[in-house]
Amino acid sequence: MRNLLAALLLAACERETPTPAAPPPAEVPTAALAPSTNAPTMPDAPLYDVAMTLEDQGGAKVGLDTFRGHPAVLSMFYASCKAACPMLISKIQGIEARLSPEARAELRVLLVSFDPERDTPEVLQRLALEQHLDLNRWKLARPAPQDVRLLSALLGVKWNRLSNGEFNHSSVLVLLDRDGEPVSRLGTLADDPTSFLQTVEAMASTAPVSAVAP
Amino acid sequence: MSPLSLLLPFALALGAPQTQVPVGPGVWRPIFPPEEGLEEVPVGRFLLDARPVTNAELLAFVRTHPEWRRDRVSRALADEGYLTHWAAPDALGPDARPDQPATRVSWYAARAYCAARGARLPTVAEWELAAAASEDEPDASRDPEFRARILAWYGQPATATLADVGQGEPNYWGVSDLHGLVWEWTEDFNSLLVSGDNREQKGADKLQFCGAGALEARDRGDYAAFMRVAQRSSMEAHYSTSTLGFRCASDGGKP
Repeated sequence: MRNLLAALLLAACERETPTPAAPPPAEVPTAALAPSTNAPTMPDAPLYDVAMTLEDQGGAKVGLDTFRGHPAVLSMFYASCKAACPMLISKIQGIEARLSPEARAELRVLLVSFDPERDTPEVLQRLALEQHLDLNRWKLARPAPQDVRLLSALLGVKWNRLSNGEFNHSSVLVLLDRDGEPVSRLGTLADDPTSFLQTVEAMASTAPVSAVAP
Repeated sequence: MSPLSLLLPFALALGAPQTQVPVGPGVWRPIFPPEEGLEEVPVGRFLLDARPVTNAELLAFVRTHPEWRRDRVSRALADEGYLTHWAAPDALGPDARPDQPATRVSWYAARAYCAARGARLPTVAEWELAAAASEDEPDASRDPEFRARILAWYGQPATATLADVGQGEPNYWGVSDLHGLVWEWTEDFNSLLVSGDNREQKGADKLQFCGAGALEARDRGDYAAFMRVAQRSSMEAHYSTSTLGFRCASDGGKP
C-alpha cells in the first residue's frame, strides 16, 4: 500500500493535475517509480512583497523584511520544541561555520514561531541565550496568530498543531537574496547544504545594489 | 449581518446567486490521522458555500480589488498561470464562462476573495466532512457504492470544457460540486505532513517532519481520499492550475 500511495503522490506532483485515466494499480514495483519530483518551486518574486509585522526577542516590532539588504535564512520553529528545532538551529549554525568570515558577516537569520501565544519575547530571548545565538545577525520572532498559516504558505512549510499543544512541522530553510527573493531552499534537515553555501558565498561577494540595511 | 447581505455585492453571476448552507456538526475520519490516535476529528457546525466560486464572481472581486489583477499581483502571491485563461486582466472572454468554477487561482487569491466577502476558506476537516455526504446520507464515506461513484469521476478523461457550477444534485447538506468538478483550496492545505516520496524510511521522516513523522494510512479502500491527499500535498500556495478552484466558508454558530 505504501507503493500505491507513493505512485498516487508522484502522479499528483505535476502542476496540471490531470484526471487519471484509470483507477490506480494495486501495486507498483519500486523500481518503476521515478525519483521524487516533489521539489516545490518557490515563487520568483520577493517574499517581502507581503507585509507582515513580527515581534522579536527584544520586544521590537519588525517587518518580515527586517533583513532586507542582506542574504537571509528564514525558517519556522517553536521554542518548546524538543527535537527538530534544536536540530534546525544546529543545522544553521553548522552552515554558518562553513562560510567564509565575510559571508558569515553578511548572512542574517530570521526564525519565526508557530506558537505566538506561548513564545513571548521573554521566552525567545531565553532561547536565544541558551543557544548562544549571535543577536547581531539572528532574530527570533513571533507573528500575529492569524499570520502563522500565511507565513508557512510563503515559506512552503507544512505544519499542524497537535492536541497537546506541540507542533508537527517540516524543517525548511529558505535562503532569500537581498531583495527577499527566494534563491535556495533546504527541505529537510538531512539535505546537503553545499549549493545553499555556495549561493550565500556568491551573494555575499556581490555588493548590494540598493541602500544597505542595518 | 446575515451571510446573504454580505454575498449580495458579489452576486453578479448570471446563474444562481451564491448561498451558504449549514454543514455539520459531525465527525471526519481522515485516512491519515493528523496525530496518532486521532482517528475521529470532531467538526463543529459551519456554513459552506453551496457551490464553488464562479468566474463572474471572481471578476467582480478583481475589478474592485485591482491589486489582484493578473498584471498587477505580486508573483509571490500568484504564479505565471494565474487567470491566464481570461481574455484580459479585467474581462473573462470566451475561454472563461461566467458560471464555470473560477480556476487558475492561487491560495492567496482565493483567501483574499473570501476575506473580502467577510468569509474564509474551509479547513480540510470542514471540506472533507461536507464531502462525505451523499444525496441522502450525511456520512456515506464508507458506502462502497458512493465511493465507486466518486472514483468513477477520476476514471473519466478530462472533458474539453469545464462544466458550469451547480449542475449536479446537491448532497445531504445542500452542497454541490464537491466531487466531479474541480479540486478546491482549503485554509490548511499544508497541514498534512506526508512526504512526496513515501519510500523514505521512518527515520528519514523525522529529519523532514518534526513531531509525529510518518503517518500510517487508515481505511485503505477510499481511493478518492488518497487522491485528494496527494493533490493537497503537491500544492504550494502561489500555484494556480486549471483543475483547482475554491469555495468559501464561514463560522456558523447555533441557528
